[in-house]
Amino acid sequence: MADAAVSGTKTVLTTHDGKPLKVSLAKALRREKLRALMLIAPLLLFILLSFIMPIADMLFRSVENGIVAETLPKTVVALKNWDPASGEAPGEDVFAALHDDMKVAVAEKTHTRLGSRLNYDQPGISSLFRKSGRRIGRMKEGDYKQQFLDIDDGWGSVENWTTIKRLSPTITDSYFLASVDAERGADGIERKPENERIYILLFVRTILLSMAITVSCILLGYPIAYLLANLPVRTSNLLMILVLLPFWTSLLVRTSAWKVLLQQQGVINDVLVWIGLIDDAGRLVMINNMTGTIIAMTHILLPFMILPLFSVMKTISPSYVRAAKSMGATDWTTFWRIYFPNTVPGIGAGSILVFILAIGYYITPELVGGTSGVFISNRIAYHISSSLNWGLAAALGTILLVLVLALYWVYDRIVGIDNVKLG
Amino acid sequence: MADIRGAAVRFEKVQKSYDGENLVVKDLNLDIAPGEFLTMLGPSGSGKTTCLMMLAGFEPATHGEIFLNDKPINNVPPYKRGIGMVFQNYALFPHMSVAENLAFPLQIRKMNKTDQQAKVKRALEMVELGAFGNRRPAQLSGGQQQRVAVARALVFDPELVLMDEPLGALDKQLREQMQYEIKHIHENLGVSVVYVTHDQTEALTMSDRVAVFEDGVIQQLSPPDVLYESPKNSFVAQFIGENNKLHGKVTKIAKGVCEVTLDDGTKLKAEPVNVSAVGDPTTISLRPERVEFDNPDKLDNTVKGKILEILYLGDHLRVVMSVAGNPEFIVKVRNRGIKRPLEEGKTYSIGWSAEDCKALDFSG
Ligand SMILES: Nc1ncnc2c1ncn2[C@@H]1O[C@H](COP(=O)(O)OP(=O)(O)OP(=O)(O)O)[C@@H](O)[C@H]1O
Ligand SMILES: [Mg+2]
Repeated sequence: MADAAVSGTKTVLTTHDGKPLKVSLAKALRREKLRALMLIAPLLLFILLSFIMPIADMLFRSVENGIVAETLPKTVVALKNWDPASGEAPGEDVFAALHDDMKVAVAEKTHTRLGSRLNYDQPGISSLFRKSGRRIGRMKEGDYKQQFLDIDDGWGSVENWTTIKRLSPTITDSYFLASVDAERGADGIERKPENERIYILLFVRTILLSMAITVSCILLGYPIAYLLANLPVRTSNLLMILVLLPFWTSLLVRTSAWKVLLQQQGVINDVLVWIGLIDDAGRLVMINNMTGTIIAMTHILLPFMILPLFSVMKTISPSYVRAAKSMGATDWTTFWRIYFPNTVPGIGAGSILVFILAIGYYITPELVGGTSGVFISNRIAYHISSSLNWGLAAALGTILLVLVLALYWVYDRIVGIDNVKLG
Repeated sequence: MADIRGAAVRFEKVQKSYDGENLVVKDLNLDIAPGEFLTMLGPSGSGKTTCLMMLAGFEPATHGEIFLNDKPINNVPPYKRGIGMVFQNYALFPHMSVAENLAFPLQIRKMNKTDQQAKVKRALEMVELGAFGNRRPAQLSGGQQQRVAVARALVFDPELVLMDEPLGALDKQLREQMQYEIKHIHENLGVSVVYVTHDQTEALTMSDRVAVFEDGVIQQLSPPDVLYESPKNSFVAQFIGENNKLHGKVTKIAKGVCEVTLDDGTKLKAEPVNVSAVGDPTTISLRPERVEFDNPDKLDNTVKGKILEILYLGDHLRVVMSVAGNPEFIVKVRNRGIKRPLEEGKTYSIGWSAEDCKALDFSG
């Protein structure tokens, strides 16, 4: 065996029955892997159903746009020959197809849904579908164009038809464009007018606020974790309970408590006025803005910083510090050169946890953030539950996901993901 | 004792308790001369590390005063004491390479880069790890880590070096080589060394003086030969080297010699060490190599014993005998040093002189 390796000849090693060693090894390992796979199969299935599939669904929804082609199949075909640049509404053939499609759609009651979908891109268009839906049964054969125009002269608008034609492919980028405050205008992609831009601002704010929250968690959590790791066991257990206490209280209760504390007529302002630090007119605005979001979310996410830091600090032997001091290092040098570098993996782990949790948070910003402290996730929630524009919500969610992955990659580049330790 | 000037280290009536209930160090008085190599030897948990920690400044003395070069240091912070230390668990900084570990104390002292590099290189060569400067401590074997720890404690030329079992993880050969190295450095640099070990051979070969600890008390503080030849009590006799124990009572006592009657009636002549009166219970201590098979009648004590087992150890034979009711009586016989061949199961006469046989305090 050693000879073969040394002389470099390509002797294939075999087991006793003459099979190549590699093949036998792979076979033996395969059996073990299969067994292990079966053991985790339930979990795998669960993750697939509850995690992977929803994400895949979200990715799909962010570009999916089958509704026009499904509801108006003949119209879509007929529109192929129409050129929006002509400046005229489509001809009779398109309106005949529209009549056929609408009849089916009204029978299946899908025309209003189509109307509200088109309304995202072309405000006002939904009323065309609602009105026409009511009258479609009474239409006579022939000259459909005029009959539609009689119902609503919006049917003569080139813009409306352009929108329909643009949205007829089953895949669309319109949600993603909307997510970055852009739209497809007459000459290609352009930014939305200034007063309609919102999402980029929200993305930037979400990231900046999440960073601020992460930093304040580090600043507050580090000393606490240090105490936890270095106090006598009984005291540190008590302290640990205090750290975990927030976990045992409802999120809503905690957030509401911050309202009581921070509002202008709240406890903190009252105390400040009472001790004369500020006068009654100058009460601080600490809630329903960014400050409120940062304070409340730091409080909520602090344990996620403290716990990994604590478990890393627990493993740092006190003899490192002693060794440094015996070599003449002062307390500060010892901390900065010896203790701190060994806690960096804990800071890394805590920061990732806090940042990623913060970036997706929405209950707390919703309650204490006002208008200047809301996150992108609040808009996503709004589109999912109120405006029902799931496509846009999915596109926003996808962008958020990509952003987090990109930041993770940057983090890996700068800090190194192996440098993250949970204990 | 308190009058002695010029001690490098002095412990004066030092006591230490961690929990306020038990004294881990009880009334420690100890002088270490400049340049001395002092070893602390004792069973696990006897307070050796605690003494070093107090000296280095990481544990406050509960009572008493410690002096360094005649200056009290109870209130001097550790980083101002200038004491090099090898920790029991090495304490190498895991985020620094070996060379950076060694350079750390030099950086603290603001030495310039070239001098630093030269010193680090020399220190690494001293412990034969010249090629390992760029490795992380985690990439070294236990023994290599230990050598780095020794080098790091010496690299900044401290006047006093504390070593807590610095060679515990080494194999026999490397260990002996390192013992020699450390001894050599000690002699060349003239540093004072306080050394902790569990290995009595190491203690005996390296030290100027050995302090035997038991339960927070120094049982004996003597040069190695005195420690071996004249143990002050049965704990020391038992702890240092091999030792046969025989229990009995003092029946006659005079200056320099006493008669002890063993539990089975055998009478022995012995040197009284810490027995004072007739009737004192005592434990006789006798080194296995001092027992003779040749001409036992000419010696002070002659008894009969049955050989239970003979172990062949090359340079000597180890003979287990039943003597005066003790079935674990050991005799070391030089190989081919006797004229009669020995046989298991037979009874022989053996003898030893009175001064090799110490009457110490009674210990079960
Ligand atoms: N930080 C501490 N807190 C409480 N008790 C301690 C502490 N450190 C040591 N002890 C106790 O003090 C006694 C002496 O410990 P020490 O470490 O000095 O022993 P040692 O002689 O160095 O033993 P070993 O040879 O095993 O290293 C032990 O009983 C130990 O349990
Ligand atoms: Mg110890």
